Amino acid sequence: MLCGWGRVPVAGREVRSEDLEELTRRAVLCRGLGRSYGDSSLPPPSHPVVAATPLADRILSFDGATGRLRAEAGLSLRALNRTFLPRGFYAPVTPGTQLITLGGMVAADVHGKNHHRDGCFGAHVTRLRMRVADGRILECSPEEETELFRATVGGMGLTGHILEVECRLARVPSTWIVAESERIHDVDRFIDGLKEAGVRWPYTMGWIDCLSRGSLLGRGILMKGRWAEPDEAPRGLPRPRRRPSVPLVLPGWVINRWTVRAFNAAFFRCHLPRVRRRLVDPESFFYPLDAIGHWNRMYGPRGFTQYQCVLPESAGRGAARRFLELLTRRGGASMLCVIKDCGAEGIGLLSFPKPGISIALDIPIRDDTQDLVDALNELVVTERGRIYLAKDQFTRPAHFRAMEPRLEEWTCIRRKWDPEGRLRSAQSVRLLADRP
Amino acid sequence: MKVAFLGATRGMGRSLSRLMAARGDELFLLGREPAGLERSARDLEARAGRGSVGVAVCDLEQPAGFAAALDAAEAGLGGLDAVVVTAGVFATQDVLEQDPERARRILEVDFTDTVTFCEHARRRLLARGGGTLVVFSSVAGERARKPVVLYGAAKAGLTRYLEGLDHRFHAQGLRTVCVKPGFVKTSMTDGLPAPPFAGEPDEVARVVLRAIDRGQPVVYAPPIWRWVMLVVRALPRSIMRRAGF
Repeated sequence: MLCGWGRVPVAGREVRSEDLEELTRRAVLCRGLGRSYGDSSLPPPSHPVVAATPLADRILSFDGATGRLRAEAGLSLRALNRTFLPRGFYAPVTPGTQLITLGGMVAADVHGKNHHRDGCFGAHVTRLRMRVADGRILECSPEEETELFRATVGGMGLTGHILEVECRLARVPSTWIVAESERIHDVDRFIDGLKEAGVRWPYTMGWIDCLSRGSLLGRGILMKGRWAEPDEAPRGLPRPRRRPSVPLVLPGWVINRWTVRAFNAAFFRCHLPRVRRRLVDPESFFYPLDAIGHWNRMYGPRGFTQYQCVLPESAGRGAARRFLELLTRRGGASMLCVIKDCGAEGIGLLSFPKPGISIALDIPIRDDTQDLVDALNELVVTERGRIYLAKDQFTRPAHFRAMEPRLEEWTCIRRKWDPEGRLRSAQSVRLLADRP
Repeated sequence: MKVAFLGATRGMGRSLSRLMAARGDELFLLGREPAGLERSARDLEARAGRGSVGVAVCDLEQPAGFAAALDAAEAGLGGLDAVVVTAGVFATQDVLEQDPERARRILEVDFTDTVTFCEHARRRLLARGGGTLVVFSSVAGERARKPVVLYGAAKAGLTRYLEGLDHRFHAQGLRTVCVKPGFVKTSMTDGLPAPPFAGEPDEVARVVLRAIDRGQPVVYAPPIWRWVMLVVRALPRSIMRRAGF
């Protein structure tokens, strides 16, 4: 059995090898470290084998003057960061976990706390080497085979198997982060707070208590960060910390409205009502969840799904409030509700972010989860927003088509490169009517 | 340390060579396939952030090439302090019983050819007044078990040979490190169900590097396998005949 990070299994197995060219020869789907929450990296029912890339993790070249890196697609972001931070470089875009592969980062076109300024990972990718559906191996870039490149960035692995990634790392002034955080009392002030913070801070995001109601709706903690200047930073490198781990799958009742409400209230109150500023190591700042091994086991045997949508600026300021109100009315209880202001749309045709507000939350799977996701999607469609494929498990094809005006163009390109529809995943079978 | 490394392109060898390169050891890679060797060399150079890693072709199944390969390594490194051998072939007993040619190959490569290579290596190290020979054997050599009879037999011979080298040449400065990995999740074991205490290559590499630095003659990796094999060695024959493992 294989599952995504949400721990909902399907029949399937991984095959691992250091030789990606050989491994992908007849594969229909690749998989990295399996951090996508839903079924993006899970195989279709009729071909229950995925080519797992993490063993193909060699760095092929690095130019210390330009920060240009070329590596095999299975290289993990953690290995990348730990190798290059001591040399003054870091990933230009990083999501909330570094336990992901370069190939996965391209396929999901990941974004992070600096999206408002630096866009998605795809904006920093200069070249890809991939094996397309007919077996040929070729390279594409923003200038060469541009259509294929745009369809592959954010294309969830459905346009071909990524073998090598070339990208530009960001130069950083020190190996420490200056982090600031403050309490925010409601969602409207949050949106203002994010916009304001985004002017001076490269990294911003907010944690929201999505169970608070009424005038407290959307209270939470706004987090900001930037790399410390050399004179602000302590000497020496931050040490990687030991990770505690959730040793077993907790029973499903552990995460419920009452425990979540209690956690959220405590988390909010623990943060004193003033601005906190401190120096932190990058791993604690960017990857708080990586600190707890197997944290996804907390959600019980039925697992969970993460719902993430972006509500566009065109929907107006009330959209986020309407979303949270719907969520609390429908009883969605989540300890982890993250809000982020997104910048411009990326080069990838199916890339998730667009200017507006992104909201992400965990939903433990219950009998009513499909209904809840349907209701949230209805609202997102009405607000002309969209969902993030790398998190999705429950969206219906009709809702996805309604949210995704770029889908037709992407599908055209996909069909050109894969007329038989050989490359597919459990997610594409569910959402895009691929043959099972 | 100047290290000639046979097997750095894959599996535990890849993890160990990375740790060694990162801490400043100079490496020279030996292996079968030139393109893979070059890629691994560039990877080690990138991770170390300095230095250059030379390569030369060396195929365990072609003993005639061992001398030239080690010549190249010594010349490339400008010396030789250690030789590491992680290369080997594996197949389960079920597969080998259906494929006698492959079975012959496992015995040849994992015992005869590896020992022959080690003979070349230890002669050069002794000629320089001493050095470290690190060879990856296996816990499969500790006690015959049904799923790995032939593979285990080859590794048992290798383990005993390394012990012999230690007894015979320790006084002359040869340090042998016989690494006995338990089940480790690499491409070699891909597809096999992982038993309890299955190890990860990076974790194994850390344990092995510590043992190399301490000059430990035998090291189990992960360390818990010392105790697992203690128990397995103590089991009566009647149980080994009935058990599936």
